[in-house]
Amino acid sequence: MGLTVSPPGVLFAVLGAASLLLPFLTLRANRIVAGEGAAPWEVAGPTVTIAALTAIAAGLACGLLPSRPWLRFAGSLLSLAGLIFLLSRGAANLLGDAGDLARVSPAAGFWCLLSVVMLLMADAIGGLQPGPRLRLGLLTLVLGALALLLWSGALNDLSPMQEYRTRAAAFRTATWRHVALALGSLGVAAAIGFPLGILAFRKARVRAVTLPVLSFLQTIPSLAMFGIMIPILGWVGATVPGAQAVGIAGIGFAPAFVALLLYSLLPVVANTVAGLGSVPAASVEAARGMGMTGPQRFWTVELPLALPVILAGLRIVLVQNIGLAVIAGLIGGGGYGTFVFQGLNQTATDLILLGALPTVLMALVAAILMDIVVEVAQPTLNRKNT
Amino acid sequence: MIEIDHITKTYGDINAVDAVSMVIETGTITVVVGTSGSGKTTLLRMINRLVEPTSGEVRINGEPTHAVAPYLLRRRIGYAIQGHGLFPHQTVARNIASVPRLLDWPTDKINARVDELLSLFGMDPAEFRDRYPQELSGGQQQRVGVARALASRPDLLLMDEPFGALDPIIRARAQDDLKEIQRKLGSTIVLVTHDMDEAIRLGDRVGVMDGGKLVQYAPPEDIVERPASGFVANMVGDAERPMRLLSLIPVGDLTEDGAAEGAMLPDTASLRDALSACLWTGRDAVPVERDGAQIGRVTLAAIRHRVGQHA
Repeated sequence: MGLTVSPPGVLFAVLGAASLLLPFLTLRANRIVAGEGAAPWEVAGPTVTIAALTAIAAGLACGLLPSRPWLRFAGSLLSLAGLIFLLSRGAANLLGDAGDLARVSPAAGFWCLLSVVMLLMADAIGGLQPGPRLRLGLLTLVLGALALLLWSGALNDLSPMQEYRTRAAAFRTATWRHVALALGSLGVAAAIGFPLGILAFRKARVRAVTLPVLSFLQTIPSLAMFGIMIPILGWVGATVPGAQAVGIAGIGFAPAFVALLLYSLLPVVANTVAGLGSVPAASVEAARGMGMTGPQRFWTVELPLALPVILAGLRIVLVQNIGLAVIAGLIGGGGYGTFVFQGLNQTATDLILLGALPTVLMALVAAILMDIVVEVAQPTLNRKNT
Repeated sequence: MIEIDHITKTYGDINAVDAVSMVIETGTITVVVGTSGSGKTTLLRMINRLVEPTSGEVRINGEPTHAVAPYLLRRRIGYAIQGHGLFPHQTVARNIASVPRLLDWPTDKINARVDELLSLFGMDPAEFRDRYPQELSGGQQQRVGVARALASRPDLLLMDEPFGALDPIIRARAQDDLKEIQRKLGSTIVLVTHDMDEAIRLGDRVGVMDGGKLVQYAPPEDIVERPASGFVANMVGDAERPMRLLSLIPVGDLTEDGAAEGAMLPDTASLRDALSACLWTGRDAVPVERDGAQIGRVTLAAIRHRVGQHA
């Protein structure tokens, strides 16, 4: 109550100030060799530096104010703008004096500052307690701003963007492949998992078998899982007529898809069971006592009340799959993992980033969207907030 | 009229309900009271076939309940349970409309019925219609639960410990409201409870169950004055029997001519109230009034005499 500063705000300001001491950009002679770090005040001319650092500092200072979430949110936007301004101008400035093959990448200082600013933004948004519509609006706004920023070319001097320019077509293919892997396996997992979860909820014997088996599958490390898939699907592709024609083979899309599917089943089934189990027994009893038939009871009482927990399971699966799908790159399954592993092989950090950054963004967007969907599925909770 | 005819439910070797027969008159409240495990809830749930009887049958207005599909039977029988069982994801109006919707009533008829019931239970429709159950107090939730059970004007209302989750003060009010609404609508109610006070307070007739058997089925006065067995006497509670008996008799029954000092009691008050008034204010008689005019008095001696008659 009587606090004059926000404790998380102080933490963010201290971390932000400390991050300024780290190298902000790295300049390298070409894309492979180790580079040299440049501090935030070394990367650009005095006008740009002063303007950008002032904006970053002022934004973090706004974060100190407690009980003013909108101002704190505006502060995080101001810091972010300063950060990107410095990044864009700094990259152009450093490249200007270097050779044709020279590359500039964001360094530790930039990433730390970005994390701090994002934390401040998340904290401020948490304080705003936005409804689902406002959250969707903010998400659209942020994604729109990001798209505009990339389209404007302001970041084109940065090394990951240069990696992108030489691979634009491959990047587009990888994006769709990544989405197909993550969403497709989720869809199939839901189609199998819902009925299985309902059955497991109703029949104790099914539950006693299903959940331990799925838990066991979940404990297999992902690389080992791909390893197991290769001989199995390789054999299927070689022996089952027509299997090869629809793309089933030891490596490639099929084993990656099946592995992701197997990982997805446990959260879907377990949350379906838990969701149905969380329906108040008195409500089910009342529904039976008033003369609802079994299907009526399921569709109008049990399913709507279980839905938030079931959707929370889908959220786990979606975010998990977007991350795990990266490993598909190892066995020729495509997706952003392709860039990550190519980058690892070439020790080209920026190529790794080209795969890693969109994966993180996609997972983040999926998590936020699913949170909104979960909240919309609970009409009574929204009303309490307003 | 509801006839329960030699109904039995067997689980393994145990008769949870053992050849119980009772006749329930239309437009009355029948309370079945017993300890836990006495079979009272099983008996109730056999009436709407949530539990299928092992043998025997139930007839509602002459028609055996096994002649219709269970879910169709249940749509004609209201059912209210402990902890109300409201649907948390539906508004008050939608909860109350559950059975009329199952019966495909037209929308305007459903809406009118919802508002009528909310008003009947003392809840302003405009204020409560669109609320969710968790936004109501315990007493309001319980009333919505009963309103939902009454929505389609059922032949019969079954209530399983409907006031069990309420605190004592709210419970007493809910019991009074139920009695008043039952008189107003002329509903037939079978209510199950473990609370003998509630049974005596609400029941036109009280059935006492023990070990699956109906050990006594009689008006509440008889249960208190002439318990059929030691078990029933124990349920009534020896020390409280005089007070329970007095709480059942209106002051009007013992009013005699004569004068008395002090505050007056209405003739609808119970003898228990009169005794309290005498003891608390140190009087030997209390004046009795009807519509504001004194019609006589009730004396301590008369109350003592009435209690002495039971044996």
